[in-house]
Amino acid sequence: MAWEIVVGIETHVQLLTRSKIFSAAASAFGALPNTQASAVDIALPGTLPVLNRAAVEHAIRFGLAVGATINRRSIFARKNYFYPDLPKGYQISQYESPIVQGGSVRIAVDAGEKTIRLTRAHLEEDAGKSLHEDFRGMSGIDLNRAGTPLLEIVSEPDLRGAKEAIAYARALHALVIWIGICDGNMQEGSFRCDANVSVRRPGEPLGTRCELKNLNSFRFMERAIEFEARRQIELLEDGGRIEQETRLYDPERDETRSMRTKEEAHDYRYFPDPDLLPLVVTEEQISVIRDSLPELPEARRARFEREYALPAYDARALTASRAAADYYEAMIKASGADAKLAANWQLGELAAALNREERDIAHSRVPPEALGWIVQQVSEGALTGKMAKQAFDASWSTGEAPQLVVEKQGLKPITDAGAIDKLVDEVLAANAKQIADYRAGKEKAFNALVGQVMKASKGKANPAQVNEILRRKLAR
Amino acid sequence: MLNATLSELSGALATKKISSSELTRACLERIARFGRALNSFITIDESRALAAATRSDELRARGEAGPLSGIPIAHKDILCTRELRTTCGSRMLENYVSPYDAHVVEQLARAGTVLVGKCNMDEFAMGSSNESSYFGPARNPWDTRRVPGGSSGGSAASVAARLVPAATGTDTGGSVRQPAAMCGVSGLKPTYGVVSRYGIVAFASSLDQAGPLAKSAADLALLMNAMAGFDPRDSTSLERPKEDYARALQMPLSGMRIGVPREYFGPGIDAPVRAAVDQALRWYETQGARRVELSLATSRLGVPVYYVIAPAEASSNLSRFDGVRYGHRAAEYRDLFDMYCRTRAEGFGAEVKRRILVGTYVLSHGYYDAYYLQAQKVRRLIARDFVQAFTQCDVILGPTSPTTAFAIGAKSDDPVQMYLNDIFTVSAPLAGLPALSVPCGFDDAGLPIGLQLTGNYFSEAQLLGIAHRYQQATDWHSRVPRETPL
Repeated sequence: MAWEIVVGIETHVQLLTRSKIFSAAASAFGALPNTQASAVDIALPGTLPVLNRAAVEHAIRFGLAVGATINRRSIFARKNYFYPDLPKGYQISQYESPIVQGGSVRIAVDAGEKTIRLTRAHLEEDAGKSLHEDFRGMSGIDLNRAGTPLLEIVSEPDLRGAKEAIAYARALHALVIWIGICDGNMQEGSFRCDANVSVRRPGEPLGTRCELKNLNSFRFMERAIEFEARRQIELLEDGGRIEQETRLYDPERDETRSMRTKEEAHDYRYFPDPDLLPLVVTEEQISVIRDSLPELPEARRARFEREYALPAYDARALTASRAAADYYEAMIKASGADAKLAANWQLGELAAALNREERDIAHSRVPPEALGWIVQQVSEGALTGKMAKQAFDASWSTGEAPQLVVEKQGLKPITDAGAIDKLVDEVLAANAKQIADYRAGKEKAFNALVGQVMKASKGKANPAQVNEILRRKLAR
Repeated sequence: MLNATLSELSGALATKKISSSELTRACLERIARFGRALNSFITIDESRALAAATRSDELRARGEAGPLSGIPIAHKDILCTRELRTTCGSRMLENYVSPYDAHVVEQLARAGTVLVGKCNMDEFAMGSSNESSYFGPARNPWDTRRVPGGSSGGSAASVAARLVPAATGTDTGGSVRQPAAMCGVSGLKPTYGVVSRYGIVAFASSLDQAGPLAKSAADLALLMNAMAGFDPRDSTSLERPKEDYARALQMPLSGMRIGVPREYFGPGIDAPVRAAVDQALRWYETQGARRVELSLATSRLGVPVYYVIAPAEASSNLSRFDGVRYGHRAAEYRDLFDMYCRTRAEGFGAEVKRRILVGTYVLSHGYYDAYYLQAQKVRRLIARDFVQAFTQCDVILGPTSPTTAFAIGAKSDDPVQMYLNDIFTVSAPLAGLPALSVPCGFDDAGLPIGLQLTGNYFSEAQLLGIAHRYQQATDWHSRVPRETPL
């Protein structure tokens, strides 16, 4: 019987706030070590935490976006352990009463769609960083990151296998950027996933899980889960037992290694932080935030299908990020271009160009209005497909408006029927064999003739018009 | 002049009978004369104090002076100060200098007071005798073989010996009131949240509250006017309208209901203490106050609850002293773990270690519910008991401490006996209530006895008034210790 791979994911999302969660120090990435650490962040004696309101609003924003319960009262607790990059000797986190409870995220799977339930999302502070490489025989401590606001989002073990896990992580990643609570930068650690992996025979109770850490890209995450599942299956098939433990993924060797077993786990001695009052959220606060939420990915996807009559695939692809969806709608709005044709262009030429340069759509070299104009010209027959592609490429590389490119390069289809007539006659005169083949029922020969005419027109003829004239002449 | 009240000193300064420089110099001379014997100061900075006094005199000459301008004061060495080191009575912070001032320090500086030094205390405020200080015990000016009480022992001894007219303290389980009682001075623990904890090295965050120590209740009121106030840097600081703590000093006593819990007069209380407190109670009755016998059934639970919650919070609060960023670090160690162990073994004294161990234990997996959670539940019952009591009375009266000052060393080998000394003082902080201690007599050995008044939330002004009326009729508070004559 086959094995079922069960995955639950814990994600640490760095919240986009100007200052830290419990201090007024800035939380920007990349500053010189320890220049963004205030007296509170380095835990000088006598300092006290004061909760950042923006972090709370971001947590609520997320909770509303995933249809979760926003707990009207939640509690900050202390998680006690010693480590040099944890200045207070405890991390302030939410333990028994998180601010966000429940909710779900929808993901696309082979069979269609699947709903992944969330357990909770809670606010906490990030720790600093220990730097072991740069100091001979010593470790450096950078406390700039200490106190950066995090939202830890915990999923239920609803994911089956690495592919679903990645689909979930991607959907969550897109969502937190979509609602503006995270910059999503995985290299800088703004979005970090840990995966709880176990295996079982279908229908059996959950197996013993191992927690995988250090999954700092979607690719590593996929490989780590695949490796870990294989490891567990092999162990079980050899009659072994899975130990509950935390394992670290090593991308260089593509394997997971034991970091600590359950026995070595800390006793964190959680207790409510007496320096912070219970966090109370009012109905009014929630409704203000609800009103400020943008249209969410699922709703927008459904609207794209409905409003623009797009196929499901297109609608999903165009709403993969808020920036992509915004681009699409800006394109339509500016030009009135045909919705399906516009989608084809955005998901085809534009996506390819963006990919080549690993460029974000928000920074596209061709703005939506310009692409919309191109698409519109194609619909009207004012540009052939080939010309449109030429105009797009030139516009992309020079940054010039496509209107200007078209004028400069004289991209204008030959619409004069007489001129095309003449070209067709010339081609027919020179291709007696193709004519014979066509008359013998070979449709291919017809296409070759169209190609010849287009070539003779230097791509400026309208293929539909060429078709029509050619058929007429050959029918005689 | 050194035995004068704050308002008398304030008047003398205002009318130029004395300058702040003269007053500060007089205090420094007295500190030089008695300070060593009492060991009530950890750090004294004469030149800074004199410079501050000179500045104060200059400001006054320009007409910029308030009621506390030019008055020399001392801070308990748990309040962070930029100018003087903040040791917390510990080797761990022996040379620690804070880059910022505590809110209370700022407020009193803004009010124009002159800081002369930092007072001795039990290490990290853990103790009831000042014996746990790394800098040696402070001594009681009424008998230097005896403890001054704790943990604000240095502050109480300094005020009692008239080394400074006033000092700050902090009270977590009685650390302002008990040393005030044992040294024969007045001390107030305000309602939790009235005085900002920002810049006060945390012992037990849900209990810690700074309060003034001075010679009289009227003086406490003047100090509270400067110390109290909302501070956005402390999330437990309460945003309330500014109040004048001296407004009720002349309050009428007739018709006032004085709650007398029978648990406060049971066995275990020294006879002279009981007699003195009884006498004070009878005086209030002669003024028209009415005695209301009542029961605070949870009072016996205060000490066990306190000695679960306070160590639990302390074990976490003191984790930051790890040798990584500031404070003591062991000179030699094998690895990180060894660095932590040695640093903390060397930096903390026995009582602090004991409480960290107890606190770690009660928060541990499997014990949390039985100890910490249970203690929190009982804590709520204690608070409810008081709320109930205050439907029947306006103030609760009793002894501050069951005994007068004991000999140095008498209880240091028996922590439980030491903890039991806090029996009457732990309940107010557990419930968050204000309470004060004022002198109400002496025992046969000539040691002062403290009267404790506990009020409802935010009743500081009334408590101070009730105490002030008593002090207008008695002179216990103005007597000077025999070992530190004027």
